[in-house]
Amino acid sequence: MAKILLEMKNITKTFPGVKALDNVNLQVEEGEIHALVGENGAGKSTLMNVLSGIYPFGTYEGDIVYNGQVCKFSNIKDSEKLGIVIIHQELALVPEMTIGENMFLGNERGSKFAIDWNTTYAEADKYLRMVNLEESSKVQVKTIGTGKQQLVEIAKALAKQARLLILDEPTSSLNEEDSRALLDLMLGFKKQGMTMIIISHKLNEVAYVADKITVIRDGTTIETIDNRGPEPVSEERIIKGMVGREMTNRFPPRQGVKIGDVMMEVDHWTVHHPLYPERKVVDDVSMYVRKGEVVGIYGLMGAGRTELAMSIFGQSYGANFSGELKIDGKPVKMKKSVSDAIKHKIAYVTEDRKGNGLILSQSIKVNTSLANLSSLASMGVIDQDREYAVAEEYRDKLKTKTPTVEQLVGNLSGGNQQKVLLAKWMFAEPDIMLLDEPTRGIDVGAKYEIYCIINDLAAQGKCVVMISSELPEVLGMSDRIYIMNEGRMVGEMKAEDATQENIMALILQSGRGA
Amino acid sequence: MMENKAVNQSNIRRPNPVSMLKKNAMLIILVLVYIFFTIMTKGRMFKPTSFASLINQNAYVYILGCGMLMCMLTGGNIDLSCGAFVCLLGALSGMMMVVWKWGTGVSLAAMLLIGVIYGCGLGALIAYVMVPPWIATLAGYLAFRGLGTSILGVSTTNSISFKDSPDFLNIFSGTLFKTPEGQLNMPCLIVGIVAAVLVVALIFRSRAVRLRKGYEVDTLAMDAAKSVLGAAVILLVMYKLALSGGIPTVLVWVAAVVLLYAFITSKTTIGRHFYVVGGNIEAARLSGVNTKRIMFLAYLNMAILTSISAMTVISRFTAANADAGKNFEMDAISACVVGGVSASGGSGTVLGMVIGATLIGVINLGMFQINLDANYQRVVKGFVLLAAVVFDILSKKRDS
Repeated sequence: MAKILLEMKNITKTFPGVKALDNVNLQVEEGEIHALVGENGAGKSTLMNVLSGIYPFGTYEGDIVYNGQVCKFSNIKDSEKLGIVIIHQELALVPEMTIGENMFLGNERGSKFAIDWNTTYAEADKYLRMVNLEESSKVQVKTIGTGKQQLVEIAKALAKQARLLILDEPTSSLNEEDSRALLDLMLGFKKQGMTMIIISHKLNEVAYVADKITVIRDGTTIETIDNRGPEPVSEERIIKGMVGREMTNRFPPRQGVKIGDVMMEVDHWTVHHPLYPERKVVDDVSMYVRKGEVVGIYGLMGAGRTELAMSIFGQSYGANFSGELKIDGKPVKMKKSVSDAIKHKIAYVTEDRKGNGLILSQSIKVNTSLANLSSLASMGVIDQDREYAVAEEYRDKLKTKTPTVEQLVGNLSGGNQQKVLLAKWMFAEPDIMLLDEPTRGIDVGAKYEIYCIINDLAAQGKCVVMISSELPEVLGMSDRIYIMNEGRMVGEMKAEDATQENIMALILQSGRGA
Repeated sequence: MMENKAVNQSNIRRPNPVSMLKKNAMLIILVLVYIFFTIMTKGRMFKPTSFASLINQNAYVYILGCGMLMCMLTGGNIDLSCGAFVCLLGALSGMMMVVWKWGTGVSLAAMLLIGVIYGCGLGALIAYVMVPPWIATLAGYLAFRGLGTSILGVSTTNSISFKDSPDFLNIFSGTLFKTPEGQLNMPCLIVGIVAAVLVVALIFRSRAVRLRKGYEVDTLAMDAAKSVLGAAVILLVMYKLALSGGIPTVLVWVAAVVLLYAFITSKTTIGRHFYVVGGNIEAARLSGVNTKRIMFLAYLNMAILTSISAMTVISRFTAANADAGKNFEMDAISACVVGGVSASGGSGTVLGMVIGATLIGVINLGMFQINLDANYQRVVKGFVLLAAVVFDILSKKRDS
């Protein structure tokens, strides 16, 4: 057996209210490609952040043994000194700078006081050749495509003398061809003795490239599968490890289900990226929702679910819209106006509550009334007593835990913030609620309460569209499920026909077909 | 009745000494600084004329401060052009009233119209073309004073005097019910008493409503203290003004503007929208707030208030000259920042700005009265501004 380069022993990492990692163990041999797989939120990225020192020593429990030594990294520089380099999913390149400048950012060549540009560009070119890029290192990063940018990131990591390279979803924004090239590059590095950890959702790629696959679920390691046999491990085998969990009582039972007529319909809906108008983020999507129905939209990150929802919500995202939106059978036009969408009784509850959902510096009261403030005002003057009463009413209804509705939203826990966000949109009295990842980043108890609220909304005859990247949640809550991948609707299933395996299989097939 | 009272007990906000101290820190500092200068000037600072000077000299800060507050609320945006715009408006009004001999009403309406036109242009550039506000207004900062000065070139002294426009001077820098200095001006005192009674009545009416509906209220002692303090300040100021000859007309303008903006920011939907745009512009947009319109309105409003402020200033100096409005933008920004308006937007109140402006005004007047060198006066002002911001940041950090 080859030498163990990295061993992570009994790693436990707790965030306020959530145990993100619970006794995780990971062993990586020198010179292998080790894959980490698991659903969103399983703890893969957290584990890698522990390894690279983003969560410094002392904020987690357990040991990191690297090259035979226990390591106590206090920041990312410490881990990089030992050759542990992480390439994040979100590219960290400065678009306006040249490839060479980017490559040695924070790692500049030259003396303490002056950058030696000749060495910088000569070395940069050398590393670019290693990743099979023909570009000159003097061109600006923004002029090359995403696939090549990803390769620049790898070259940048090589320039840091990486010995253990961690790639977090390296192919998530690449097309099939670029992905394959990247994977082959990894296999080439392996031959030269580099050790790599790859995090990926794309199981076919994992099966292709990895020597060993460790499955993480709910913050614990489930198993490590050996993939060095003559036949690559089957994707079904990996999925089984990823999703096999107890399903009892995680979801409240639906009561008084009365599914009515079709309320909202979307026909051949196509949306382009606002900055790269040639890219379709939503591609010819058709779907419908009935009154009183909970419709789940499942897809991996980047499948176009958020883009779909936001484009329906008053075209608040995207460009060059085409297709038709019908409400109650009548076509509606909303030209880039959220207030139009609200008038048509659509609500969009964002997945990013801190980024674009709530105003953290304002009170619960102000946040609750925001989307429907005009109903509390006459001649533009707010009836603040009524506003207070409304905020109180929703605090009661949703059981938001807070001493007073004058409390700043920024001081609340994630679950309570999510309730305030829901309260805001419930108070807007929509008929159609587009819920985007309504339980992201909140603890199990709060999740259950959110599920109850969703069921209540459906029982009142509202249409609920629930976007989620947690399969069990989609299966447990929906009446009907749409499956999205790469901007397209790739499937529709009744809840009773859907299983985790056949949904995953559908996504993988559609990915391969492209 | 007893039961009712028990329920209400739980809704009473317990006063927390530390947070109360923090919240009212600037007010406390204002009082201390006032006392300090009163001692240093052997009581001159407490004389009626000092009160009148404070109001006359700082009127423009209060008016521009309201406009700057609205701009800053939208995300720490500022208007650098307002001082130079005052100069340009002064020159134009000189042309209209003195050179072309237009009537006062027509001239004032024209000034407002010019403000509206500039505001619409500036607002459109910032909100729809998305020129960063400080650059868009820097252009005006550079251009308007030059333009104003060149217009004033019609006069050999580069200055146009308004001494032949008594109407205009009376409207903006006259005195209501004028009496000789030292004699108690009754109308002024009565206005003061009415205002004080109104403040107390408003505090207790709001308390009664909240109690009836079972909402959170402050303790009775707190509300009483607020009433006594509010009434005392009003009575003191009006008493001193009564002794100095009556109510300066500019105070009426300032009071009207300040009260209007206090109302807008705290009670109206449009005011609320300014706060939410500054708090989180994306969240505001996705909640149906027309964020571009808010940005547009902020700068339109600023230009209109600049026009009004220009009227008060040129009237006080009875002349339009090239130096009018110099550093006004900085005075307005300082008043906001010292008054606790967030430099990144989303929080701040008119009352805070008023306290900030008054504090700076008191320091200015005090330094002048103790004959501090003008250069050192600037040094002190610089440090006061910095200290206020540092204090604000630190006290917020403790909170979180």
